[in-house]
Amino acid sequence: MSEGNSIKKFMFVNRKAPYGTIYALESLEVVLITAAFDQDVSLVFMDDGVYQLKKGQQTKGIECKNFSPAYRALEGYDIEKLYVDKESLEARGISEEDLLVDVTVLGAAELGELMNQQDVVLSF
Amino acid sequence: MLHIINKSPLSNNSLDSCLRVAQSGGDILLIEDAVYAATTGNAFEGKIREALEKFKIHVLQPDLEARGLADRIIAGVSPVDYGGFVDLTTANNNCQSWL
Amino acid sequence: MSTIDVGGKSYETDEEGYLVNLSDWNKDVANYIAQTENIEMTDQHWEVINFLREYFEEYQIAPAVRVLTKAIGKKLGADKGNSEYLYGLFPYGPGKQACKIAGLPKPTGCV
Repeated sequence: MSEGNSIKKFMFVNRKAPYGTIYALESLEVVLITAAFDQDVSLVFMDDGVYQLKKGQQTKGIECKNFSPAYRALEGYDIEKLYVDKESLEARGISEEDLLVDVTVLGAAELGELMNQQDVVLSF
Repeated sequence: MLHIINKSPLSNNSLDSCLRVAQSGGDILLIEDAVYAATTGNAFEGKIREALEKFKIHVLQPDLEARGLADRIIAGVSPVDYGGFVDLTTANNNCQSWL
Repeated sequence: MSTIDVGGKSYETDEEGYLVNLSDWNKDVANYIAQTENIEMTDQHWEVINFLREYFEEYQIAPAVRVLTKAIGKKLGADKGNSEYLYGLFPYGPGKQACKIAGLPKPTGCV
């Protein structure tokens, strides 16, 4: 950690729906901070976490900040590795076209393999 | 890779998701309320028995004892103490604490 | 909680001088905050401020300096999308100072 230019592989595993708990928003903030330090960041959305990327979120009625537009800003932060679990999408009747950013849909085995390759895996 | 689970599989799907995604050969450590998964008669027992063919499954003994279930550990699941917990984290390249 | 008074109206700010309510922002407030930062607003300053407001409108976050610099370069040209130019306009950091003047929250990860 002491070398100034050491780049680590960080994976953020997002498994919670966006507004019921604070996890999704907290994850997003940590992701943006990590990216500012030029780390190799990848994001996984599985289980209810896939709901974070659902298009058309309108939060006026619940008086919460709609943070979903920020996922579209990730590209500008050079965060381009967004993986979504195929089975989680299917279990929720959501397709890739329902999502507000471009993602790579992966099966469980491929996700597990990616997970194993990380230096740091953080759950949200 | 070490996967740490701390929720009962009957109230939370972390363990289910972990078992589905984790690469075979990995270590899974059940702590806190996840220790219920390691006990006989629990509705999750069948899944644990199946998972034992793919993973090394460990359970944190003090958490089992605290819940009065130290005598009901599923055969094949290995109990560890806090030192064993540390050994597991150092023996693996990386680790995920599932929420 | 502090307040600033501009044109006979009072606006809430946090302890660092960032507007609490994003909807409070207007050009007079921007000019006032700029003055407290010892910045004299020029067209070049406004160009960055307007860019930041548009960015926030679209993504709901204040961009990190590196991201802002790159995005400005894309939109306004390479002669403006670089640190020398942006720090020339906002000496204490385009993230910190420009976001404050633009009425945005402090960028995430900016300490």
